[in-house]
Amino acid sequence: MSRHRSVRGLNYDEEYDDYYCDAYGHSVEDSANFCASPGFEQQYMFDRSKSTAMGDYIVGTNPDEEDDDDDDSDGKDKAMSRRRLDSVHVEFPSNLSPTSEARLKECLEVLRDISGESIPEPFLLNAAIEANYDSNIALQILHDKPRNTEGPSIDIVREGSDASLDDLKAKLETICREDKSARPKVLDKLAPSTSRTASSSKSGSSCSTPRMIISPSPSLSKPSPRESHKAKLDPVAEYEKERKSSQKQCLNMVVIGHVDAGKSTLMGHLLFKMGQVNQKTMHKYEQESKKVGKQSFAFAWVLDETGEERTRGITMDVGLSKFETKTKSVTLLDAPGHKDFIPNMITGASQADVALLVVDATRGEFETGFESGGQTREHALLARSLGVLQMGVVVNKLDNEGWSKQRFEEISHKISAFLTKHVGLRDADVVYIPCSGLTGENLISPPTNDALKSWYSGPCLVDVIEKFRPPERPVSKPLRLSVTDVFKGVSSLVNVSGKVECGFVQAGERLLIMPQAEQCILKAVACENASSGMTAFAGDQVVASLAGIEAQNVSLGSVLCEPQCPVPVATRFVARLVVFGIEIPITRGFPVIFHQNSMSEQAMVVKLIASVHRSTGEILKNKPRCLLKNSSALVVLEVARPICIELYKDVKELGRFTLRCSGATIAAGMITEIL
Amino acid sequence: MKQTYRDIDKDGKGQVSLMPEESEDLWHAYNLIAIGDCVTASTIRKVQQESATGSSTSSRVRTTLTIQVEAIDFDTQACALRLKGRNTVENQYVKMGAYHTLDLEQNRKFTLFKVHWDSVAIERVDSACDPTQHADLAAVVMQDGLAFICLVTSAMTLVRNKVEVQIPRKRKGNAQQHEKGLHRFYDTVIQGILRHVNFEVVKCVLIASPGFVKDQFYEYMMQQAMKSDNKVLLDNRGKFLLVHSSSGFKHALKEVLMDPVVTMKLADTKAAGEVKSLEAFYVMLKTEPSRAFYGLKHVQKANEAQAIETLMVSDSLFRAQEVGKRKIYVDLVDSVRDNGGDVKIFSSLHVSGEQLDQLTGVAAILRFPMPDLEEEEISDED
Ligand SMILES: Nc1nc2c(ncn2[C@@H]2O[C@H](COP(=O)(O)OP(=O)(O)O)[C@@H](O)[C@H]2O)c(=O)[nH]1
Ligand SMILES: [Mg+2]
Repeated sequence: MSRHRSVRGLNYDEEYDDYYCDAYGHSVEDSANFCASPGFEQQYMFDRSKSTAMGDYIVGTNPDEEDDDDDDSDGKDKAMSRRRLDSVHVEFPSNLSPTSEARLKECLEVLRDISGESIPEPFLLNAAIEANYDSNIALQILHDKPRNTEGPSIDIVREGSDASLDDLKAKLETICREDKSARPKVLDKLAPSTSRTASSSKSGSSCSTPRMIISPSPSLSKPSPRESHKAKLDPVAEYEKERKSSQKQCLNMVVIGHVDAGKSTLMGHLLFKMGQVNQKTMHKYEQESKKVGKQSFAFAWVLDETGEERTRGITMDVGLSKFETKTKSVTLLDAPGHKDFIPNMITGASQADVALLVVDATRGEFETGFESGGQTREHALLARSLGVLQMGVVVNKLDNEGWSKQRFEEISHKISAFLTKHVGLRDADVVYIPCSGLTGENLISPPTNDALKSWYSGPCLVDVIEKFRPPERPVSKPLRLSVTDVFKGVSSLVNVSGKVECGFVQAGERLLIMPQAEQCILKAVACENASSGMTAFAGDQVVASLAGIEAQNVSLGSVLCEPQCPVPVATRFVARLVVFGIEIPITRGFPVIFHQNSMSEQAMVVKLIASVHRSTGEILKNKPRCLLKNSSALVVLEVARPICIELYKDVKELGRFTLRCSGATIAAGMITEIL
Repeated sequence: MKQTYRDIDKDGKGQVSLMPEESEDLWHAYNLIAIGDCVTASTIRKVQQESATGSSTSSRVRTTLTIQVEAIDFDTQACALRLKGRNTVENQYVKMGAYHTLDLEQNRKFTLFKVHWDSVAIERVDSACDPTQHADLAAVVMQDGLAFICLVTSAMTLVRNKVEVQIPRKRKGNAQQHEKGLHRFYDTVIQGILRHVNFEVVKCVLIASPGFVKDQFYEYMMQQAMKSDNKVLLDNRGKFLLVHSSSGFKHALKEVLMDPVVTMKLADTKAAGEVKSLEAFYVMLKTEPSRAFYGLKHVQKANEAQAIETLMVSDSLFRAQEVGKRKIYVDLVDSVRDNGGDVKIFSSLHVSGEQLDQLTGVAAILRFPMPDLEEEEISDED
């Protein structure tokens, strides 16, 4: 039962994510009690293991169980036909006879004609096979079977899935009429006449996300086990089939650390050694960098690609690259270390599952980076608050220190103390590796240098990457794809890159872009780290080609979602802040910059509701006058314009944020209520 | 602003004639005129005239009217001030009590009559007429893809233009789109500068950004100016000053105005002074919280104890619709001054004034700690 084991492992990750979630950013003084009370955590953190979902997840892969279901499903044929469909393998069956194949193609043609682009190809294929190539039956199946992953109630909305925006507005209108509180979030944008801020200021209840109204998603409400079983099966099964069986595990890894620690060089060299950069290109970089007197940056040029970055010898924006290890397909995000580019580092870190923290071992340099003005600490704290739970600490440039064991240990101890006490990482989740990005020592094979060999027998960098455990991917939640870049493709399509935060998406789907409330059709999705070109799942970095929209209607921070499950849009919300080591206290009226994924926006702390205990969440004082460093509080925030947000307990990736002011990160936060 | 006449008696009753010379002066006027005041100014009135035959024609005549103000409207972007009220001095065209709307304009004198000129109002007139307080300054705060072109005068910070251009990020093997996007962004900012910055008035143009954006932009702008032989930019080369800011958002102006390079070049501007005072308040809040208070209730209590060393008030509080409310704050100001305290009236149009506005509009640094006050809950005023 290897699969079971891996599933458990994933669940375990999720659990301690929740458990430790509150622990980052602790000051030394209160480190003694940094575990959160379960009661409070439960209130704010989403924990899959607490719902019945996990059990279903496992059961759902059991074929016997499926048959049982089919037998007694007469009364619920609609839902069941869906289920039967989903359990059929989607691949074009390889054992098809020529005649069958011809019939299948013919049937598909008919289906395509009739459905237009409203139904993704794999579903057509499924239906065609299911119907034994009879297009009429297949159509019936398609009609009966809402392909959405949500509960059965979705049918009502899904009917006529090629609805125009007007229809959508009308539909959302009807849906929302039943619950007034949903109105401001989605409809205000759709109906431009109503003033968004004015109307949204007074609402906000537990039932504030439209998604919940349309169809309580199994992960959010408490459905009966059977229901959630059916709803869950689809994406999970797809995911299993697509990823777990054939492919390597996907891992998003960000490389962080103080400027000039050697991050880009390390990664450039690693990519070169892994065969991702060919000899010729590398030679070219060597020659060209020599010409401009930046020879030592040749490897960094692999990732620092703009002219500005190369001439200045400094990374400014995240460099994206990929490579494969034995068991993993790694998407590499090389973050800039310079203080001024922390917003870009945040973009990178929020897409990452794990991090490599690179420090310069050179005497004096490590100390500078680790002091309060350096970025080593800030990066580590940020990465942790953005969901990174496993870290490799690369003690780099150890060649400069004669591969001294003593220096390595000195640095490891200092960092270890900081990571466990302040950042809130578990010792077991941090590995320390002596390296040299320049000479390539200990990158992909055990050390060859005698000085290092004499005392080090631990893993090399790639071994460490191998051992990282990818987190569980929330594939069964409603789709949220957050946009990190918009650019032109070869055709007239608008290309966006971004990360699938949760759910999954298939080429051919009609999607809604929020907060712009524009509809588009997804023509293609290409994953950065998986070969499939049809489907992308939670955790994937993708490039999506969109038809039916203009480039100006998508922006950084836009979220693509299914039209019937729009992501909440708001300007005001309640959040729980974890305040960092700030110089100046936070009061109401405090202007801040709100960072969420790749988006940043002017925002303001409009109200300090209460200061709370950092670990227990217990209210210490109502309406405090100000928030001092290393405190924690409930506040109301207002951003300058509507943005896509989720409650932290629903979708972590869109429910957490960081606040910055005057070039310093002042707090991390979780959204607890949308107003 | 020029004052041409002033006659205020010992009870504070009287009139002042003022000539707004620049758009900022209309902002001052807006802060001076309160509902119930009388304003005399030249205006255009549409009048109906009946001819001997009985047919009526309408024509526009210029006349001087005095109205008692009932409504005040100010458009910050256009710096247009509009007053509505009833006529109080009958003339050949307009009956007593008839409604009229006065538009106050630059270079057109007006006379303001108040039953009571309080200290804050008189101070406003004086500072508005003080020519040494003028240091016109343009500032461009920017980051990749975002720029605010602002005009900073002694009493206002106006965002003249917000530029937003989406710049594709660098991508593997394709740095071109990124560079193209950058140039498009720079071009838009240059357009904005040319359109909104009047180099004849402005003494200095600050370009502020994190990282190298400012340097890159400036270099690009001068290259383009050279190419197109743009005299305006080339001749004013010396007026540009590059400074660091942590972001391209408007609030980063605070850091810019505090930058030593800027404060050295520009003698203390009012805007910079306000940033400094507010900063001092926050530092006190951190180091000695029982000596820093905000909110009317706390500040009044501190004043009763004669504890206030520095009082910061936003001018928005003096524009209160109810006369009584303005009086509360005027009394507070007077009382703090009587006790030897320093009073800073912030312009709500500057970034720090905006922040103070959100912080209830009033804050104080105390001479001595008042720990008891800390225990009292702040009320939800505002
Ligand atoms: N001696 C030595 N120098 C290194 C090593 N790694 C990087 N460097 C140098 O450190 C400088 C900064 O490297 P870079 O990769 O741009 O640092 P980043 O800012 O962290 O990305 C370059 O001049 C590199 O050649 C190393 O392992 N040993
Ligand atoms: Mg770098």
